[in-house]
Amino acid sequence: MALLEVRDLSVVFERKGEQPFTAVDKVSFDVEPGQTVGLVGESGCGKSVTSLAIMGLLPRRGAKVSGSVRFEGANLLDLSDKEMRDRRGRDLGMVFQDPLTSLNPVIPIGLQVTEVLERHRDMPRKKAMVEAAELLDKVGIPDPTRRLSEYPHQLSGGMRQRALIAIALACRPRLLIADEPTTALDVTIQAQILALLKELVRDMGTALVMITHDLGVVAGLCDEVNVLYAGRVVEKAQRHELFGQPRHPYTYGLLSSIPRLDAPRGEKLVPIKGSVADNIPWTQGCAFAPRCPNALDVCVNVTPAQEDIGGGRLLRCHNPVRPEVAEEVTTA
Amino acid sequence: MVLVLSLLVFAWLRALPGGPASALLGDRGTEESRAALSKQLGLDQPIFVQYFRFLGRALTGNFGNSTGVQPGDSVVDIFLQRFPATIELSVLAILIAIAVGIPLGYLAARRRGGLFDNFSVGASLIGVAVPVFFLAYLLKYVFATKLGWLPSLGRQAGDIDATRVTGFFVLDGILTQEWDAAWDAFVHLLLPAVALATIPFAVIFRITRAAVLDVLNEDYVRTAESKGLLGTVIRRRHVLRNAMLPVVTTIGLQIGALLAGAVLTEKVFGFSGVGEALALGFERRDYPVLQMFILVAAIVYVLVNLLVDLSYALVDPRIRTR
Repeated sequence: MALLEVRDLSVVFERKGEQPFTAVDKVSFDVEPGQTVGLVGESGCGKSVTSLAIMGLLPRRGAKVSGSVRFEGANLLDLSDKEMRDRRGRDLGMVFQDPLTSLNPVIPIGLQVTEVLERHRDMPRKKAMVEAAELLDKVGIPDPTRRLSEYPHQLSGGMRQRALIAIALACRPRLLIADEPTTALDVTIQAQILALLKELVRDMGTALVMITHDLGVVAGLCDEVNVLYAGRVVEKAQRHELFGQPRHPYTYGLLSSIPRLDAPRGEKLVPIKGSVADNIPWTQGCAFAPRCPNALDVCVNVTPAQEDIGGGRLLRCHNPVRPEVAEEVTTA
Repeated sequence: MVLVLSLLVFAWLRALPGGPASALLGDRGTEESRAALSKQLGLDQPIFVQYFRFLGRALTGNFGNSTGVQPGDSVVDIFLQRFPATIELSVLAILIAIAVGIPLGYLAARRRGGLFDNFSVGASLIGVAVPVFFLAYLLKYVFATKLGWLPSLGRQAGDIDATRVTGFFVLDGILTQEWDAAWDAFVHLLLPAVALATIPFAVIFRITRAAVLDVLNEDYVRTAESKGLLGTVIRRRHVLRNAMLPVVTTIGLQIGALLAGAVLTEKVFGFSGVGEALALGFERRDYPVLQMFILVAAIVYVLVNLLVDLSYALVDPRIRTR
């Protein structure tokens, strides 16, 4: 049995006097113990909302969550607030995008680590402090004992993200969700943080859901990748298959829009035209059709269903990129 | 800065129509008697001579004698005798404002858009808008005159013979273990304190509510939730601590503004504090009293703000290290 089974997860935001907005539309995926799964897509595609829904962190008012999120067999969506509170931080950890705003500015780093140990591992403050110093050391923060009494503003961006990772992993959760953990960091720091995450989840046997818009992150980290567009999974594949042969025009577009070092100097970049903001919902036709170079008449009229194309791959497209063409993008 | 202020106060008072002489002698005063009194008070001299005389004496701690409030008494004595009353009143008022304003502001933010929120936001709006003296008269009328629950005037009932130690009546009663005197003084404080607390309460309430609403949307509150912390810990440690930052500033400003309210409140309740003396001083054009009291009030205001700035460093580590 999978560690996490997300089935038909939908999130609809409802506001008085406004059209309900579907941010996540029947998303399904599995995460095996110790596996790293990527959720990839542009901003606004619903990847962060998916993670918040799994963690039970969406506002109760205004956000309607349906489907099921089974974690070790139990549907997290059915749990009471108290049961969910017991699991968060202990079984499920989360690392957020912006390490500056995600740490409380007025209390010391130490307390922000120890409070989770005190809560879930019943540690007395003193013992928790020792453990916190070890945790900071493990995430590569030098001089951890001194850092415990410092405040977030005294740490650099990379250090703060390391501290956040230490907090999320303090109770050795079986699942860690990382929501764009490197987006707010310098490129050199990004690589360090990714390497750290990779090492930690491997050592602890923690499964990781990696949420990102950065395909480089996916390439370096994920075993399996789900590509999201407008709240739906449009393509799912193992990392090698996805990069070797992207079949969905959106995935293909994402990969070919990455500038290549070996391309001739004068060659133009190939962006995907338009943005998610001007999408149409999935009610009639494919949401990606207006931006799709492969779009046919059928794409605007009939919503494509998700099909199994073999090899554990899922695809939602009427007119996918032909395998020969698809291979060119990465082998060229 | 105090020097500039003293000059401003001095010039402003003398620019007011009427003078001590006509205020003291009233309509029956003749031209000659007014001139004689002015001369006696030194007001026949050119204004800059008056100012330097005032300044010279003030530097030695002599602010002259009262001409209208308690004629003949040293202004400094009047101040020292009245200051504890105002402090007592202000402290109780600000404590009421804080003790009621912060919890209610927090609750309103937690139940945003609910009945309680809408009601208390409306009430606080009225609290800011109603003039203090009107509210003071209203409270006095309802609780003292109509219901008779609380005394309407003064700091202590006449039939209580209390021993004075510090001039803080409640504190005196406690120190000397004259419990009836302490209680009586406290009861006398209640109505004026409530009247005086209204505006600071309303302001503190609104700032707390707005600050909590802001903080609830912060990323670090979501992080705290993602750790599965208990609701009480999140509220105390993560929400309230951060929401208090703007509230502390507000409290400081409100303490400074209390004096303006004290003038009106003390007048209405015949509460013999600094505010009442200021009100009387204006009526009777008591230059020495006004000069010193306004000057001291300004200094107190500056000191309070300094204290607030310092206390800010206690709650916000980001300021401490700068």
